[in-house]
Amino acid sequence: MTSLMLRVAAAEPLTPLVKRFRFEHPQGAALPLFSGGAHVVVEMPDGEVLRRNAYSLISDPQDGSGYEIAVRREDGGRGGSRFMHGRVRAGDLLRVSLPLNLFALDLRARKHVLIAGGIGITPFVAQVRQLLRMQLPFELHYAARSRAEAAGLKLLPEAPHIHAHISEEGNRMDLGAILSGQPLGTHVYTCGPEGLIGAVAEAGARLGWPQTALHSEVFQAPPPGRPFAVVLARSGRTIAVGAHQSLLEALEAAGAEIDWSCRGGACGRCETRVLSCHGRIEHHDHWLSEDEQSAQTRIMPCVSRFRGETLIIDR
Amino acid sequence: MRATEFSPSIPSRPVYGGLRPHGALASLMLAEGTGGEALAALARADPSVMRQAQLFWIPAGAGPELGPRLRALGPAGYVEGPSWAALRPRFARALAEAHMGTRLYLAGGEGLIGQAMAEALAAGMPLEAIDAEHRGGFARRVQCVHCKGITENVATDPFACSHCGLNLFVRDHYSRRIGAFQGVCVDAETPGQVPEPQEIKP
Amino acid sequence: MTIRFNDETFRDDYSFRNSAEAIRRFPFPFDKDDYMYSVNMEPHGTGGRAGSVFEKRFDVDEHYVAEMRDRAITLAGDPLRCQSLPHMALAGWDLLELIMQCKAEDYPELFQLHRDGDRWHWINRPLGIEQRFTFLDPTTLPCGPLEYVTRQAQGDFAVLDQREGNLWMDAGMVTSQADWSLDFDIGMNFFEWHAPVPKAAELGIFQRALKFLLAVQQGAPSRRLNWTMTVNPRLDTSPENYHLWGPEKRTITPENVGARQYLRVELQSFWRLPRSNALAFPIRCYLIALEDLVTVPKWARRLHRVIRDLPDELAEYKGFAVNRQIITDYLAQFDDGKPTSQGIFADE
Repeated sequence: MTSLMLRVAAAEPLTPLVKRFRFEHPQGAALPLFSGGAHVVVEMPDGEVLRRNAYSLISDPQDGSGYEIAVRREDGGRGGSRFMHGRVRAGDLLRVSLPLNLFALDLRARKHVLIAGGIGITPFVAQVRQLLRMQLPFELHYAARSRAEAAGLKLLPEAPHIHAHISEEGNRMDLGAILSGQPLGTHVYTCGPEGLIGAVAEAGARLGWPQTALHSEVFQAPPPGRPFAVVLARSGRTIAVGAHQSLLEALEAAGAEIDWSCRGGACGRCETRVLSCHGRIEHHDHWLSEDEQSAQTRIMPCVSRFRGETLIIDR
Repeated sequence: MRATEFSPSIPSRPVYGGLRPHGALASLMLAEGTGGEALAALARADPSVMRQAQLFWIPAGAGPELGPRLRALGPAGYVEGPSWAALRPRFARALAEAHMGTRLYLAGGEGLIGQAMAEALAAGMPLEAIDAEHRGGFARRVQCVHCKGITENVATDPFACSHCGLNLFVRDHYSRRIGAFQGVCVDAETPGQVPEPQEIKP
Repeated sequence: MTIRFNDETFRDDYSFRNSAEAIRRFPFPFDKDDYMYSVNMEPHGTGGRAGSVFEKRFDVDEHYVAEMRDRAITLAGDPLRCQSLPHMALAGWDLLELIMQCKAEDYPELFQLHRDGDRWHWINRPLGIEQRFTFLDPTTLPCGPLEYVTRQAQGDFAVLDQREGNLWMDAGMVTSQADWSLDFDIGMNFFEWHAPVPKAAELGIFQRALKFLLAVQQGAPSRRLNWTMTVNPRLDTSPENYHLWGPEKRTITPENVGARQYLRVELQSFWRLPRSNALAFPIRCYLIALEDLVTVPKWARRLHRVIRDLPDELAEYKGFAVNRQIITDYLAQFDDGKPTSQGIFADE
């Protein structure tokens, strides 16, 4: 994956839990432009561990002067967001991948309906800029618990078709209403917790929306779990995966060759064949089919884990 | 009469999955000839499909009692017309006013299905919202790749383009956008040597 | 570096000729003595052998001016050879930027691009073009950005929209294709537009190729070579005009096959476009007469073996089955059975 060493130009809190970071080229060169919904993968050298986390770009896709992301601190996570919040300062240099878009707008759409829950607002911040510039019809529904927590409100422009649903204020999102009466050719994009994505899928199905018109991006950090060991068939080596380490990270640390992209179980790039499984694979991805998951012949190392006696993979 | 089963061909050759009821969701229905029976069968399987259905019917050779039978199924709207060309403006208007969640049910020959589907896709209807069932003959709409003219009801392969007169062989390669199969000059390399026309079969 | 541009034709009198330099750098596509489809991708854009067609990102050669003239003739007779579905406008601008940028950087004595914000100033010396325009404003160009820039770039260009885990041929400039119709195929997805290709589907070639292409990233283009055979150095071998060029296929004889039978190689590359997230798919066409090709002994031996042993369906699909025997017999004279070295490049 192509990447650049970028300088942290700013690191500032938006809310108590969300911090915005701005990256610029150290020599001031223009950065590659991107499309709304794209993300970058940030490398975080955290002592002995090299972490890589994917973050949606919130900056203007047409602005090559810098990339901006917003990171929510997850205290129960594996440590990536804590690293960003606690250890990264303006002036630091970090390796940042070129933008990659797995959540792009369908530019054929007659209208775009964006539905965000919590920190899921981030990809839409860039997409709203793109939609406004291209003068394409859209509406945005942003659900947050409280105004204080709604970091997106500080990033979004004021506009009548941008709706904030603050549950503390008793103003909940009504998915049935949002998905009714939309013109033919409307596309819906949802980003946020799994529950929200599931609710939109369910309401959409009930109201007759085909799945190809409903797009979603789950923000899922690889879940931590119990440590486990894995045998790499090509070299015969056994590697240990720590409790707060993903199998992908352990493979990278061990120098095994493995392709990756989203690092969140969605894109399929790191798909790995399982040669032998005595135990249970804990699948956390959205890539493999149900059959593939129950057959236990494939695993997505970026998010999935293993519990049992032996797991031998084709790496 | 059952829906046609087409023999396996190349991936771009359309395959019609048949009509499946999708409950009382708003819908447009368009059928010609014996395709009307497919709509009647749909309503028998689930009468609620008619509740919010706008039905467009082209009698085209079906018995005179089929129209009244379809009307008696109680669709929310019923429009009868002598041909696709005649119905098209009203059908297009219905598409323009439709919302997401609307289904489209098509039943009839490939020419009708192809043209109606192209119209619906251009109006923003997702492909997955369309059910199609082939009923009737196997004549094809064929676009002459040379003059771009479309010849309707092509029943033999090869055939003469009704616009430019070139002898064309009929490929299974199909364009959803145009709603037609591709016809290519059959005797370009051997002018005058045209194979015996064969009947087009499914 | 100076390039002398040929004054030649790709139709009618077919005055096209390859110089010795063009023959030397011809992209011979076979790296071994037999051929089957493969997803034979390589990184493109850096590290290409100096002087070869792989060195520059968009190779410009002695045929540049004549090819652009031939494209203009084809378009004048059939504007449907260049089409762009409405949602692909942004991708057209991405492609314009990519081509202009690369040409200006790689051939500074031929092309210049000055950018002042969105005010752009483009100079194309070989074609005598100077254009000032506003980037992203199509009313400031004589035609849409895709058509504008590809009228100045050799080879065909397909621009693919990426959605639903698939690629869709939603825009293109196609005047030098090997026998497919943009007008018919526009709007089709990867499997649909490849539907007529025999055998490949069974081999799972398209599944693997699609997976690779969906993952192509910005800043990391790839390339591969494809090939076919054409009678006469004709660029416009479109289905649209098949009734015009088709008869020429039947004029090959053992006496003229060396001069009139051409190997046609496509240098295909794949580029992720930034603003639209679309995939640009340039298809650059190189032609060489068999009598010129056989002046390279390794290529003569290898081509004979490939053509002789090719499965029948491939020869049929590639359109030269009717002349296959004459071609094989001609090439046999140059094949002494000696071993050939690995790789596509001529032995030094």
